[in-house]
Amino acid sequence: MSTLAVHDHEVAHHGDDHGHHHKATFLNTYVFSQDHKMIAKQFLITGIIMAVIAMILSILFRIQLAYPDKAFPLMETLLGRFAPGGRLDSNFYLALVTIHGTIMVFFVLTAGLSGTFANLLIPLQLGVRDMASPFMNMLSYWLFLIASIVMLSSFMVQKGPASGGWTIYPPLSALPKAMPGSGMGMTLWLTSMVLFIASQLMGGINYVSTILNMRTKGMDLWKMPLTVWALFLTAVLGVLAFPVLVAGVVLLVFDRSFGTSFYLSDIVLNGSQVQPYEGGSPILFQHLFWFLGHPEVYIVIMPAMGISSEVMSVNSRKPIFGYHAMVYSLIGITVLSFIVWGHHMFVTGMNPFLGGVFMITTLIIAVPSAVKTFNWLATLWRGNIRFSAAMLFAIGMVSFFISGGLTGIFLGNATLDINLHDTYFVVAHFHLVMGSAAIFGMLAGVYHWFPKMYGRLMNEKLGYLHFWLTFIGAYLVFFPMHFMGLDGVPRRYYAFTEFESMKQWLSVNTFVTWAAIISALAQVAFLYNFFHSIFFGEKATQNPWEANTLEWTTPVERIHGNWPGEIPSVYRWPYDYSKPGAEEDFIPQTVPLSQTMSSNLPHDFEDNPAGLEAHAKWVNTQKSNEEVK
Amino acid sequence: MLSLLAAFVLLGTNVLMAQTDAASASPATDAAAADNGLPTAGYYILLFLIVCFIVAIVGKILKVYDLSQQVQGKKPMNWNNLMGALCLVFLVAAAYGAYWEFTVHGSMILPAAASEHGKKIDQMFWTTTTLTMIVFVITQILLFTFLFIYRYNAKRRGHFLPHNNTIEKVWTIIPAVVLTVLVIFGFFTWQQITNHIDAKGEPASINVDVTGHQFAWEIRYGGKDGRLGTTSYKLVNAGNKVGLDFKDKYSYDDLQADTIYLPVNKSVRFNIHSQDVIHSVYVPHFRVQLNAVPGLPTFFKFKPTVTTQEMRAKTDNPTFEYVLYCNKICGGAHYNMKKIVRVVPQAEYQAWLSQQKPYLTDQLKKDLKFAAESKGAEDKRLALNN
Repeated sequence: MSTLAVHDHEVAHHGDDHGHHHKATFLNTYVFSQDHKMIAKQFLITGIIMAVIAMILSILFRIQLAYPDKAFPLMETLLGRFAPGGRLDSNFYLALVTIHGTIMVFFVLTAGLSGTFANLLIPLQLGVRDMASPFMNMLSYWLFLIASIVMLSSFMVQKGPASGGWTIYPPLSALPKAMPGSGMGMTLWLTSMVLFIASQLMGGINYVSTILNMRTKGMDLWKMPLTVWALFLTAVLGVLAFPVLVAGVVLLVFDRSFGTSFYLSDIVLNGSQVQPYEGGSPILFQHLFWFLGHPEVYIVIMPAMGISSEVMSVNSRKPIFGYHAMVYSLIGITVLSFIVWGHHMFVTGMNPFLGGVFMITTLIIAVPSAVKTFNWLATLWRGNIRFSAAMLFAIGMVSFFISGGLTGIFLGNATLDINLHDTYFVVAHFHLVMGSAAIFGMLAGVYHWFPKMYGRLMNEKLGYLHFWLTFIGAYLVFFPMHFMGLDGVPRRYYAFTEFESMKQWLSVNTFVTWAAIISALAQVAFLYNFFHSIFFGEKATQNPWEANTLEWTTPVERIHGNWPGEIPSVYRWPYDYSKPGAEEDFIPQTVPLSQTMSSNLPHDFEDNPAGLEAHAKWVNTQKSNEEVK
Repeated sequence: MLSLLAAFVLLGTNVLMAQTDAASASPATDAAAADNGLPTAGYYILLFLIVCFIVAIVGKILKVYDLSQQVQGKKPMNWNNLMGALCLVFLVAAAYGAYWEFTVHGSMILPAAASEHGKKIDQMFWTTTTLTMIVFVITQILLFTFLFIYRYNAKRRGHFLPHNNTIEKVWTIIPAVVLTVLVIFGFFTWQQITNHIDAKGEPASINVDVTGHQFAWEIRYGGKDGRLGTTSYKLVNAGNKVGLDFKDKYSYDDLQADTIYLPVNKSVRFNIHSQDVIHSVYVPHFRVQLNAVPGLPTFFKFKPTVTTQEMRAKTDNPTFEYVLYCNKICGGAHYNMKKIVRVVPQAEYQAWLSQQKPYLTDQLKKDLKFAAESKGAEDKRLALNN
């Protein structure tokens, strides 16, 4: 079936290319493009811009935490009523935290990461001319862009953006009187999120259908690179989980605007204004939110895992260790991620029995994560490691994943969560395991596949500088936070000046802020490198990293339809690096086993008895030849 | 280059000094108001541009050096060796950094739990810490030493090792077993902690009502009969802050308090309510945390074991206080929503309790009488709410 589909597509495209192809105008090439590679670039650049904005927001609130008593007149100049007298307003502080989290989680690490690499790599690595529905793919980007603009526009409204935390728990988010950000800002947040989810669903359905139906000849599921596996499972997760958030958000809109009480009950505002809500449950929203929210963190980390696996295998010049185990652990994570959401709610008043159950499922998910980590280490073992910038970021991803993943074992344990919930320990945990690890996976991907996007290479030396500054910086920022959390310092506090016990952390906060500023400045090295290399980077060769996967068989010119002639067929898995007996230390997927007799192993013919026979015959002839000699 | 940098540093310091002078000389005059921090920001931006410039120059020098090496037929710079070595340097530096963190910041964390169940949590915490730290140290050492040992060498090839089922089974089963142990202990400890029913024969827990609203906590004790009267959010007003229902006979002797006093070694049950948004009752020294949810009363039972006085001696801090604070984002003043908790001997607790004012104040009595006289009006109000 897949062969047929590919064939049809190919014919259609040939007609297109040589016949009445639309004239390439600026508008349909760069703006309303339906080419998956251009859409990938659009996602990437929008994602980078959003990341820079969210990073600046984080620096603003870090300055507040480091110098809670100091006024910065410049802040008033820049932020106006949000920073009266040069000091951040406490409500605006919460708005900064909220929008930083929202942008980073959804707009950068979901759309920016999956959107970029699913669009770029799924067709290129599977031998497809374009996505199943290029038009829907284009719509996916434009809805994402509109969602981004709506989200940012909330900084322009009188009372400021949404500020109830990125988890927007009602009643705080449901009652416009509860805080300034719960007014117009929250309405914009909710609007933006509905658009965003529509964008994700269009993208996700496209990714899933392309992967399942349009793979090139010979590309069965077990020959797909781990990047595609990860992006596939990510898309499945998104398609199943995001609609639940829409449901939760719509009910919240009802509560806010139409007087329903889905999430509201027994509420008195300002000590005397009894509200007419009855019978709702704030916990219901938390269930709906985290039913998406937990799969969401795997939506964020799995593409990073896939990218790192691929990059590490290529640059270690070694097959990824335990390919099947890597796939099964991804599947395990995908399935389990749907039944662990309650670990965000151990101390919300949810039935304690449920807490116990969610604790069991949560700690089980650590097993596939551990398997992945050990497999990455085994991939490096006895490799021949080339330190490309991409490789360094992939390694950074593994290091962060270990450091942040281990603290998950604390937080997944309901007993320990009693005292750690909502403290800086949590902040440290998720910024390492999902923030830093995922962004490093994304950066690894950008450095690695830049030639497939722009036909040029990024500057490796600047990449090294970027890596070391960011890697060390991120550890300096997040490592001390664990200890703050163990001292019971809560997150989302505007200042730690009101509690005697928290004052001892002021110097640490100052240190963390400066580490954050330096790591933020280090991103200038990346931004310069990225945008400069688009135009002036060194021209790339067709296969600069000597990798096996299909994207490196496309021409450097990155034509519409990807391959000029026929789409290449696939004969082997993507990880034949340093195979004994082979001439070079890599054998692309397009090389048939018949051309590599000297390096074939019985293992290569698992589902192919005829091939195994031929292989055995060949081995025997070789042996008898030797005997004759 | 360096002299240029030095000149800028000097200049910058001058600018800064000038500012502080101006600010101290005339803090409220126009001069101070006109200073919006732009010169300082400009100085830092200049400094950053210089750093960028230096980086660019170093980059060019490296490139020229590399090219000249190639022209002379020598080997170009081996970046793989350099990066491999840096990985090793990072490992050593980070190991020292982590050690420093654990000893310095690690000594700043909460003291041992001051409650009965907290000791179990602490025990569990230290077990988990030991196990995860072993994994942390081993895996990070392996990661960075592998990077150094197996750095690129043109003469060598990677070792073709696609899989090894035995070792994969081993490192699936070992984490699974370790996690099972943690799950089992965690599960039973969690059940014990969240079991709120007083055991037979055990004296009943002291009930303390903790009600959160933006941005304070209301505290209520049961009074002489030790029982708390029922409340309804519909009765809340400025005089009756928690909406106590005086149709309930247990309500009359309820006491309100500004500080939470608890007798040591007695079981206490916090009944947790919220009136507006979600708050969270968090008393880290007791390892107590539970959200206060409007419409969903929750409770946490625990037994404090260390008095405030003992803790002061233990932490060598004469002003030490246990503090209950809000740990769920609840609005602008979330960062300052606290109540002091004092754990005292039984006798002191009784003496303190006898001094607390009843919840039913004179003002409230007056209000209620008024309400009773105009009963019809009140009914109408209730009807509107429904």
